[in-house]
Amino acid sequence: MYAKLDEMTLLNLLRQRDEMAFTQLVERYHTSLVRLARLFVQDEAVAEEISQETWLAVLHGLSHFEGRSSFKTWLFTILTNKAKTRSRRESRSFVFSDFDDASTSFETSPTVNPERFKDASAEKSPNHWLADAQPASWAGIPEDLLLSEETLTLICQTIEGLPQNQRSVITLHDVDELSSQEICNILEISETNQRVLLHRARAKVRQALEDYLQPEH
Amino acid sequence: MTCKELVELITQYLEGTLPEEARLQMESHLSACEGCTHYLEQMRQTIFLTGQLREESLTQQQRAGLLDLFRDWQKN
Repeated sequence: MYAKLDEMTLLNLLRQRDEMAFTQLVERYHTSLVRLARLFVQDEAVAEEISQETWLAVLHGLSHFEGRSSFKTWLFTILTNKAKTRSRRESRSFVFSDFDDASTSFETSPTVNPERFKDASAEKSPNHWLADAQPASWAGIPEDLLLSEETLTLICQTIEGLPQNQRSVITLHDVDELSSQEICNILEISETNQRVLLHRARAKVRQALEDYLQPEH
Repeated sequence: MTCKELVELITQYLEGTLPEEARLQMESHLSACEGCTHYLEQMRQTIFLTGQLREESLTQQQRAGLLDLFRDWQKN
């Protein structure tokens, strides 16, 4: 059993052409790769193909990987380069550098409905939550409901419906747990932009969950 | 800091990129505001639940395709 082996050990085994080591890495990362590829190309089958090519490149490049970056960063960088090349070639896909400017234009619009707050001119506690619109605690919601298939599907659909740039950032950050730095490199956006996109994306997912979990709001 | 301002700073707070002074203001606001405390909790739950999407597992077809690829490489 290799369940508890760390990545360096797995990579050393893989250099010796160990199949179980490969299986372990694939189980750990393949769905993330496909998810990442899908941010660049529309077609699920093409995303799968790019991910497979990435594994092949890993196998062939293994002897040159020195571990200066983490394996995950290396893997995701290979995939990103392939996906970008592919989307450029097909040229019907989204180009990431296009959204750097577009995203800042709605930076100032609020992420929570302003009607949930008191007026800025209110005499007592202006801009505070209105008593009947204040967020409720989710602590009492049963875990079965929170973690249900239906809740996760809702999150998935909400993310799918986000503008491309927000979808990309929340996927890489909160689903695949890449660092902000890695995301900025992959998407070629600034740190500030990355943060704004993440903020807006999370706010929309939170709102969708609130509507679903507490429909009376 | 008002509630309306606080909700827009929450990502910076959670990512640890909020400047010290604003962070202290935020924490002082949170200690006295139930609505914002719930909002912060909801945001943490949202992030946690989004992370659950990671658990998606491979299909048999994907697994088989990758194994073929590996075995071809292994032979060379």
